[in-house]
Amino acid sequence: MTDHQSEFDSVTGRSTTGHEWDGIKELNTPLPRWWVITFYLTIIWAIGYWIVYPAWPLISSNTRGVIGYSSRADVAVELANLEKIRGDKMVALGAASLADIEKDPALLALARAKGKTVFGDNCAPCHGSGAAGAKGFPNLNDDDWLWGGTLDQIMQTIQFGARSGHAKTHEGQMLAFGKDGVLKPDEIVTVANYVRSLSGLPTRKGYDAAKGEKIFADNCVACHGDGGKGNQELGAPNLTDKIWLYGSDEAILIETITNGRAGVMPAWEGRLDPATIKAMAVYVHSLGGGK
Amino acid sequence: MVSGGVFFQRESAMPQPSISKSMTIGESGLAVVFAVTAFLCVIASAKALDAPFAFHAGLSAAASLAAVFFIFNRYYDRPAALPPAEINGRPNYNMGPIKFSSFMAVFWGIAGFLVGLIIASQLAWPALNFDLPWIQFGRLRPLHTSAVIFAFGGNVLIATSFYVVQKSCRARLAGDIAPWFVVLGYNYFILIAGTGYLLGVTQSKEYAEPEWYADLWLTIVWVTYLLVFLGTILKRKEPHIFVANWFYLAFIVTIAVLHLGNNPALPVSFLGSKSYIAWGGIQDAMFQWWYGHNAVGFFLTAGFLAIMYYFIPKRAERPIYSYRLSIIHFWALIFLYIWAGPHHLHYTALPDWTQTLGMTFSIMLWMPSWGGMINGLMTLSGAWDKLRTDPVLRMLVVSVAFYGMSTFEGPMMSIKVVNSLSHYTDWTIGHVHSGALGWVGFVSFGALYCLVPWAWNRKGLYSLKLVNWHFWIATLGIVLYISAMWVSGILQGLMWRAYTSLGFLEYSFIETVEAMHPFYIIRAAGGALFLIGALIMAYNLWMTVRVGEQEVQMPVALQPAE
Repeated sequence: MTDHQSEFDSVTGRSTTGHEWDGIKELNTPLPRWWVITFYLTIIWAIGYWIVYPAWPLISSNTRGVIGYSSRADVAVELANLEKIRGDKMVALGAASLADIEKDPALLALARAKGKTVFGDNCAPCHGSGAAGAKGFPNLNDDDWLWGGTLDQIMQTIQFGARSGHAKTHEGQMLAFGKDGVLKPDEIVTVANYVRSLSGLPTRKGYDAAKGEKIFADNCVACHGDGGKGNQELGAPNLTDKIWLYGSDEAILIETITNGRAGVMPAWEGRLDPATIKAMAVYVHSLGGGK
Repeated sequence: MVSGGVFFQRESAMPQPSISKSMTIGESGLAVVFAVTAFLCVIASAKALDAPFAFHAGLSAAASLAAVFFIFNRYYDRPAALPPAEINGRPNYNMGPIKFSSFMAVFWGIAGFLVGLIIASQLAWPALNFDLPWIQFGRLRPLHTSAVIFAFGGNVLIATSFYVVQKSCRARLAGDIAPWFVVLGYNYFILIAGTGYLLGVTQSKEYAEPEWYADLWLTIVWVTYLLVFLGTILKRKEPHIFVANWFYLAFIVTIAVLHLGNNPALPVSFLGSKSYIAWGGIQDAMFQWWYGHNAVGFFLTAGFLAIMYYFIPKRAERPIYSYRLSIIHFWALIFLYIWAGPHHLHYTALPDWTQTLGMTFSIMLWMPSWGGMINGLMTLSGAWDKLRTDPVLRMLVVSVAFYGMSTFEGPMMSIKVVNSLSHYTDWTIGHVHSGALGWVGFVSFGALYCLVPWAWNRKGLYSLKLVNWHFWIATLGIVLYISAMWVSGILQGLMWRAYTSLGFLEYSFIETVEAMHPFYIIRAAGGALFLIGALIMAYNLWMTVRVGEQEVQMPVALQPAE
């Protein structure tokens, strides 16, 4: 089949090219003017950009562009600008002791601001972005501290962690009284109910309080102290304050006593620089529960 | 599986002259090759170093045996002579592979949209991965992208290209068994790729995740595709090559080049699934985004522009707006697109000059992209009223509008200052989906609504009303999706770069994740609507094939050749 005759299309006032495929024809419309002009403008703009910025590869280098732009230099400028905003206060922060920071409002504000940023990227995954904690991860807003709530104690915990494997880490853990055969299942139920009674929670029907107290005295007091007030030296929680790391249900307490607990807090020394750890300690201390 | 009768039209040709029946070289040769392959795959499966490879080798052994069976079965069923190229002076079009590919397109489309909805929901509610390794986001995400781009989009492209090239060349598809090899082989590639992702097999290159053996198989299939397409063009009865065929050819050739360029890899063992890519460091990144961007440019743009150039004028019954524009924008598009990849690597270790070229070529690409939009929309001149009555045409036209929108947004996002805000945020996801759902999705749906009645010889669709429902539900879904991602992306970008007056980052990463949550829910809702629309389409197309009225083939003699 050869070309058809060019036809006139009355709707558009254009002629067709004379080609036809399966009934499809084409109009002889010229290129839209605005389209051509815009296309040329983008090309001119591109050429201009090539003159100004690094653009075309040469044999062993590339065209540098007339303003000497480099994205690496750009980053350096941005970082320098940040340094300028933060100023020498960061140096002061690095040099200051925790007590100094507490006394100097400007340093304190700086440490809190930095601590908040660092907390968000490093601590929030476990402790939550508002530091409210979760099951197994302590709430940092309250005044109940496993390892102590003074600035120095908080800093030490952040630096070395708990059961982190670091040489100076906090050690001590809740033993697995059931798994290790120290207590029998019925004894565990009894002592679990005794622990509930310490903070005024209701106990199971027929529970023997005297027996519970005896089991507690024989097995738990060593770490949790008389009356279950806890011991921050050992990271043993206070069992009377109605704040629970894993939960207060009888079933959860039985699980805790049977299998033990040994939650891990990583050591941040070596991962974050000393000034940053200091800032983080100040921030956590300032959340509401600092001693 | 559907009974073969849905796809095979028994060739009801004239009584065959009694010639002795024998297998063609293609039939016998391919049968032998597949028999040997089956044998080798059994050995590979037995000696495999890892479980997924053993599974894939076993699957390939079974598929090869099925292929041998298919070849023999087809041989015994067919008349002695191969189907003629023409019957009574009319081209004897080959519709079987087109029907199969159309069916698979709908199937994979729904599978891909569903997986998309699942991972969108996982982003909003992470617990939905149920801690099962096979349905983790990291495995389902490539399953989603491959299913929608390569399985759905690829089958739409193969089906429409086989249809358009025959119709616009007035010639039967080249090859006898080759077109079947293409459609079946391509879908087998999809099966290997998809099951591989679920089993954790990936070479970790975005949009090029399949491992070395799947890549090799795709290469064979793709070269066959090119040969079938070219062979048909060479047999054409028309003096000129139709514009859609330029675009199809650009798509097929460039995808072959991209696939080969991005995937050279050395397998750890020929009996295991793991391989290592030949490229390293920034060169690997550059190859990856040269590939990745041009997969967008040539698979999702050039290929679907080809669909637009045939189906819009055909459906609107209007001539193409401008022949000249089609030539200029075609050559400008394919010349400029191939440079634009580096804009995916702004502010990385990629040298500044490369970033500059990627950005400036993306800007210059704007008008060539819009050339396609102008030609698509302006073809409606004199037929705009049809948008009121024909929801299929409306779908096609709205797809072109989305094309125009995302090809403006793309160059804008390639500008470095814009990119410094948009990169790595949900804005990119929104941009991709305005192109993917709006452009590729809608132009594919429109084409399938046209193609299914034509290929199955039906008078029309089962229900235009259902098309209308599909159109509005899916449009609402797209609007929810992309507006949620725009807001979320820009919010995310602004939160990431916000500093306090003391010079510290204002927001932690986790706070930005929390801020995204409501938008992730809206996005998932949009995706659900899009999926519902596609299900309506599947029902409509199914009913069209099952109960649609046969179109009587009028024995109109075509005008005799001059």
